[in-house]
Amino acid sequence: MLRKFKLLQISALALAMGAASLAVQAAEITGAGASFPAPLYAKWADAYQKATGNRVNYQSIGSGGGIKQITAKTVDFGASDMPLKAEDLNKNGLTQFPAVIGGVVPVVNVAGVQPGALRLSGQVLADIYLGKIKKWNDKAIADLNPGVKLPGTSIAVVRRADGSGTTFIFTNYLSKVNAEWKQKVGEGTAVKWPGTGMGGKGNEGVAAFLQRIPNSIGYVEYAYAKQNRLAWVKLQNASGNFVAPDDTTFKAAAAGANWAKSNFGEILTNQPGKDSWPITGATFILMHKSQAKPTQGAEVLKFFQWSFKNGGKMAADLEYVALPDNLVKQIYGSWTAGIKDGAGKPVLVAK
Amino acid sequence: MKNSPSKSKLGDLLFFNLTRAVAMLTLLVLAGIIVSLTISAWPSIKTFGFGFLTSSEWNPPAEQFGALVPIYGTLVTSLIALVIALPISFGIALFLTELSPTWLRRPLGIAIELLAGIPSIVYGIWGLLVFAPVFGEHVQPKIAETLGEVPVIGELFSGPTFGIGLLAAGIILAIMIIPFITSVMRDVFELTPAMLKESCYGLGGTTWEVVRNVVLPYTRVGVIGGVMLGLGRALGETMAVTFVIGNASLLESPSLFMPGNSITSLLANEFAEASPGLYTAALIELGLILFVITFIVLSLSKLLLHSLEKNSGGKHVG
Repeated sequence: MLRKFKLLQISALALAMGAASLAVQAAEITGAGASFPAPLYAKWADAYQKATGNRVNYQSIGSGGGIKQITAKTVDFGASDMPLKAEDLNKNGLTQFPAVIGGVVPVVNVAGVQPGALRLSGQVLADIYLGKIKKWNDKAIADLNPGVKLPGTSIAVVRRADGSGTTFIFTNYLSKVNAEWKQKVGEGTAVKWPGTGMGGKGNEGVAAFLQRIPNSIGYVEYAYAKQNRLAWVKLQNASGNFVAPDDTTFKAAAAGANWAKSNFGEILTNQPGKDSWPITGATFILMHKSQAKPTQGAEVLKFFQWSFKNGGKMAADLEYVALPDNLVKQIYGSWTAGIKDGAGKPVLVAK
Repeated sequence: MKNSPSKSKLGDLLFFNLTRAVAMLTLLVLAGIIVSLTISAWPSIKTFGFGFLTSSEWNPPAEQFGALVPIYGTLVTSLIALVIALPISFGIALFLTELSPTWLRRPLGIAIELLAGIPSIVYGIWGLLVFAPVFGEHVQPKIAETLGEVPVIGELFSGPTFGIGLLAAGIILAIMIIPFITSVMRDVFELTPAMLKESCYGLGGTTWEVVRNVVLPYTRVGVIGGVMLGLGRALGETMAVTFVIGNASLLESPSLFMPGNSITSLLANEFAEASPGLYTAALIELGLILFVITFIVLSLSKLLLHSLEKNSGGKHVG
């Protein structure tokens, strides 16, 4: 009996010591939300754990779920593909910052048209999705593409069936460049699509339809278009140039944005700048301004600081685009000014 | 030994209460689901009222929501599935119990039960990548040329042949529920006493007459139960339908070739990225509606069984 008790004591002691040493060494933070950046967050978390021993658990449950979870304080950070409006941030005592940039790319399946061969403007793209431009050899398309042979067939429109950040960025762009689109359809993770289009589930669903249906047009995330060698389209940006989607044009869109005026709530579509890809978007991290557990909050910020410093290559490997340096500096500034413990002291001063 | 009777009484009492508690728990969970669905859907119920059921508008940016399209899609695809699956399952069950050589019964029966074990996502992927292209290129044009030319019902089989759509979803659902209905039918057919069947054969009955006059009347409760099991599965099926139904909230033509939406596919597609507020509430109300539809279907089947029993002179059969 005595021996048993002693054993118990020893094991309890060992357990307590173990727990104490864990608390000192390895922090564990949790986040939840958007599925678009989830592969990258998982990769960053893995590398971060190898480098520091700290664990990051990220659950890819969708942006809506991420907003709900961070509002209810069940996670240390939330993630959303859509920036929150200032009033929604203030209502729940939240602050946000962008984590990584991605782009949406229109892709087509027209016989003989190679990747990058077709040129479209936002106005024309919206008219196609509105069903106003019905044939590939419509004058509006032909005028933008002298020298490209286009068939006289109907355009089959493909779109996302599921609610997604990709659709939000895409419809946000169409709303900015086409007044009729803005008034009739608007922007959102899911919208009431005009006309009869085909809805594919996920990027892979859209790509499957696109490859099967001749004379179709669709939109997918950049990584998806690149990996599957889909015939992407050159778009006319706000400065009137036709640009190709790649990391330099995405970065150009992010660099030109005025992040300061809107709590980072910038949607990077139709940005000025001669090299800006017009359908660019960032994905966002949401945190509470006043941290009830300042050490946890600091660990989250340390993770993103580490990722901004060391994660650019990993982002590029997965076809995401890391944030430009000047933006990272602004984000660090917002942490110092905006994310504080109960006593009003910043939880982490990053440089 | 002396106090064993009281001990066993105590055991009985404990056992009785334990089983009752488990049974009550099920009811409690059911009530809990209804209450929490209603609470979460309340903003939508309050805003749209009864109009939610009759409006075909589904416009998230404008926060205008109506459930007519997904309700229509759910009911139509399930109905198509039932219309196709019922005769086929009946034929399979009949063959397995009455006509098949004995050595074939077991392997065939097991193969059909294996069909029931295939995960629905596999049906979905197969439906989208294999079935839909073939269906759209070869089958739908033929249906449009034949059935599409028939006056009244021709409307149902007109329009562009995409492959995916309400009809494709119904057919995939049919394939999915056939094993369920078949195995229930086979099991109850086998329960028919051999003596009754032999008597009918002895009177000179053909196989069909035996099935029609002996097997079916004897087993109809079980048969209807199997059909309802299949229908319940069809109503609630999500993944496979999402892949092949086309996912469009449109109700412009009665054609079954058109893409549509079912309650479950709309939920699966839009719930994850829906913004909190009215949008989420509307989606949850859709879930509540599906719950009610399933409840109504089950009640109707109970009523049907009840009236059948009455007609057979109060005799309890099956």
